Amino acid sequence: MTTAREEVLARIRAALTDVVPTEGRRGDETGRSLAPAAVLELFVERLEETGASVLRPEVAVAGVGDALARHGACRIVVAPDLDAGLLPPAEEVVVDHGLRPAELDALDGAVTTCAAACADTGTIAFDGGPGQGRRAITLVPDLHVCVVRAEQVVETVPELFARLEASAREGRPIVLVSGPSATSDIGFERVEGVHGPRRLVVVLVG
Amino acid sequence: MRPSASRTAAPVAFEHAARPALADAGTRAAVLDATTEIRARRSSVVRDTPDWDDLRRAGEAIRTDSLHRLDELLVGLERSVRQAGGEVHWARDALEANEIVTGLVRSTGEREVVKVKSLTTDEIRLNEALAEAGIIAVETDLAELIVQLAGERPSHLLVPSLHHDRHAIAEVLREALGTPELEADSVALAAAARAHLRAAFLRARVAISGANFAVAETGTVCVVESEGNGRMCTTLPETLITVMGIEKVVAEWGDLAVLLRLLPRSATGERMNPYTSLWSGVRTGDGPSAFHLVLLDAGRTRALADPEGRPALRCIRCSACVNVCPVYRQTGGHAYPTVYAGPIGAILQPQLAGERGPAASLPYASSLCGACADVCPVGIDIPRILVHERAKVVRRTRPGLEGRALRLLAGAFSSTERYERAQRTARALQRPALRDERLRWLPGPLAGWGRSRTLPGVAEQTFREWWETRDDGA
Repeated sequence: MTTAREEVLARIRAALTDVVPTEGRRGDETGRSLAPAAVLELFVERLEETGASVLRPEVAVAGVGDALARHGACRIVVAPDLDAGLLPPAEEVVVDHGLRPAELDALDGAVTTCAAACADTGTIAFDGGPGQGRRAITLVPDLHVCVVRAEQVVETVPELFARLEASAREGRPIVLVSGPSATSDIGFERVEGVHGPRRLVVVLVG
Repeated sequence: MRPSASRTAAPVAFEHAARPALADAGTRAAVLDATTEIRARRSSVVRDTPDWDDLRRAGEAIRTDSLHRLDELLVGLERSVRQAGGEVHWARDALEANEIVTGLVRSTGEREVVKVKSLTTDEIRLNEALAEAGIIAVETDLAELIVQLAGERPSHLLVPSLHHDRHAIAEVLREALGTPELEADSVALAAAARAHLRAAFLRARVAISGANFAVAETGTVCVVESEGNGRMCTTLPETLITVMGIEKVVAEWGDLAVLLRLLPRSATGERMNPYTSLWSGVRTGDGPSAFHLVLLDAGRTRALADPEGRPALRCIRCSACVNVCPVYRQTGGHAYPTVYAGPIGAILQPQLAGERGPAASLPYASSLCGACADVCPVGIDIPRILVHERAKVVRRTRPGLEGRALRLLAGAFSSTERYERAQRTARALQRPALRDERLRWLPGPLAGWGRSRTLPGVAEQTFREWWETRDDGA
């Protein structure tokens, strides 16, 4: 008896006997066109379109403090390797060493860094690198405050994927976030705030 | 609920289900409103994308290349996922896939799973198979949850509850959640779904998802969503099972940069959807500790074997073709007997399901206007495949009365002499039906067709006859 694997592969090979291999054109052009300052302007504009708020403080810690205060967030979860200098001293900080989902649910928010960001789509990307933590910490609490450094922001989606390629090859899980959670399921009307954080604040520095 | 909307009723062919669907004014209004809204959003964001045509061509090339190298890419994907600590299973058909998934859930000892909206698992009726095994599947996408709670079939690829406006959605949620005071307000409804599902996410130990794409070289599986339910399902539970049609594989990581620009713009009219999850096998300390990828054929290789029908497998399930289809916009999705409604369903489903059963007539559920081909982000020439599928239907049916009549007509048109003889015969035969040079009724099997149409009769004198008799000297 043949296995399902062998049979499916045999069906595919039998189905493709007419195909002549060709090198298809692939879209790897980056399409970059803006000056660095304009890239940051675009990033802010597009992020705000997605429903995220953007702060541009002189120093990151001030922006983080501002974001937490605005949303009344007191109990904050962070990754063990988050730079302590990003956190205002007054906050109650829970360091994540594998908190259970229910424990995360009891917290007000998460403060993280990111791996890269894309201006064209207002996207921030996470790959579990320094300061970012496990995927769950930016998912279960209702507020996500993310510190983005200017040099992390690229203009286009192909550039973003180029930046993330090494992480993908290492098998690191990657999450792309473009705004707070939302749904269009009620008559295609966009409503913000479903299962993921209902509020996303990006603190852009540098 | 109309029978064709019910999850449990036997599927009905389009031509029969469309009639009651057209008589349902409320549903038609909801479908028209929603599709009008999404069309406007899609065209606005596409206009705002200067390289859209290049992007579409790149998407088409990537998807075509994937199909042409499908065996190689699937073997590569299997290797990458295994290297990353995941397990890969192959399923020839729906039954086999359902057995694999049911067995995997059983082996965890769990009786409840959370699910990310997945057309593929709707296609194979996985929830029903799980229920038979005593396992409850909790749908977590808002629209999918609504149709699940209402006991209905999905009516749209992207928004399964598209046939309901917010008042109907509120009604379903009030009933199911026991919250009679819930208001028909979009924000309140989303909040109700959040509150209802939060407990399910926090206790879930097994999740089931579909996949938008998978990358052969890196073993990356990709789920695109908006609400965060996809992230919840792919992150919090201990075991994650992903069911994926074999055609969803792409070769390289960089291919996603093209496809993830095409998909959200075409689907929801956004530059990027709120959340995209990308994972490869398992990662110690972050996310599930067991990952299973089930690769499903279920008719895909049949479609692949037909070079004319093959491009349908490029589809990335954006539903742009559905939203512009003048037929879908009038009937809604429940007139279609299958999960894949609209133009893409009309070419995909007969190929997947074979040529019998209620999906067989779907290639006729179209006016061939071509709006679908204009918006398809991966350049599928849907009208061309519709015609190809219609030809298949014609080839396998014995010529009926219509076929024989057309054959007679072909004979009459094949020589001047026969044509003129036919004209004279028709002139004699049409007399009883003729009034003011129009045919008021048609005989026999044509009666029904003639009832709503007024045909001109054959003229008393044809142009050629007049030419013969005209006075040359004048």
